[in-house]
Amino acid sequence: MANHTTQMPAHAGEIPKPNTAWIWKTFWIITAITALEFAIAFIMPSSTMRNSIFIILTIFKAFFIVAEFMHLKHETKGLIWTIMIPMGLLIWLLVALITEGNAIHEAIF
Amino acid sequence: MSTISPTTQAIPDSALDKPRTGTWDGGNEPFNASYGKLMMWFFLLSDAFTFAAFLTTYGLIRHRYQPYTGSPEAFEFSTAYWPIPEKVFNSFPGLHGVDLPLAFVALMTMILIFSSVTMVLAVEAGQRFDKKDVQKWLLWTILFGTIFVSCQAWEWGHFITGTDKGTLMNDGTTFFGANLAMNQYGPVLFADLFFFITGFHGTHVFSGICLLVYCFIATTNGTFEKRGHYEMVEKIGLYWHFVDLVWVFVFTFFYLV
Repeated sequence: MANHTTQMPAHAGEIPKPNTAWIWKTFWIITAITALEFAIAFIMPSSTMRNSIFIILTIFKAFFIVAEFMHLKHETKGLIWTIMIPMGLLIWLLVALITEGNAIHEAIF
Repeated sequence: MSTISPTTQAIPDSALDKPRTGTWDGGNEPFNASYGKLMMWFFLLSDAFTFAAFLTTYGLIRHRYQPYTGSPEAFEFSTAYWPIPEKVFNSFPGLHGVDLPLAFVALMTMILIFSSVTMVLAVEAGQRFDKKDVQKWLLWTILFGTIFVSCQAWEWGHFITGTDKGTLMNDGTTFFGANLAMNQYGPVLFADLFFFITGFHGTHVFSGICLLVYCFIATTNGTFEKRGHYEMVEKIGLYWHFVDLVWVFVFTFFYLV
């Protein structure tokens, strides 16, 4: 993307104009998602459905932070997969331990 | 009888090693990222595992306890079930006794997200070799980071001190606030997880502030200018965004769900 290229000054002392529109756009998206989450916390009663919405919205937010702010979207494919594949393993950890928690719950109550 | 030495014998073209130019054949940078940035990414990956372990543990332990099923209005602290966060974190500095569920933590979240924005602005200024802008945005990031840690200190203070009423415990005494062995909000592990998860995150923010202060001093001294690049700002920026990212997950799993 053109707005992510590193600009070198043509001459010493000459500073290019800031290019920050994409930063503020990302900021407003993240703010809007946070506000939506906050609203849902009070509008909807607690349920699995509500928790799923929270998790999906959180992953959206995480995507914007990692892809834009941390610039991962504009890195090489190799680097993107190097980071993303190990993160995928965490889904397994999450599923395994939540199941375990439910099993303990059923054993006690 | 041939007198030609083996080295000068004609070798068919196809048997010769062609110069290899593939991505992984060496001589280039397959990830097109510097050593420092790459290592920062790998460090953050390992750190993500640590935080994921914390949050997954929270999930496991929460599922082990009874959920609270009544209405939020009728909620009372009890060790019989897991507390609902909106009734635990409902106070705001300066507004004593007012029920403002999650308002303070929402404010903290916005402060940290905004510090992330000022951090990207610092990185962007560094790419333009705009020393003044780098200094300006680094200072804003340090300011917001410090405000966040201060808010967390207040949050901890309030959590440890407890509410006016306290909670009547099983042994007949009233207990106020929380420590690692006892708390008025619910099961012992609730407070333990609160201290460990938000504490570990707060430690990260604090380390981030120290790194940013170093960055600001180095920028002011012209260290990065002499070096010819502001890559250090980018690397510390990666770390700072990661800390913000972790908070996004803590906010969801500890305060919202």
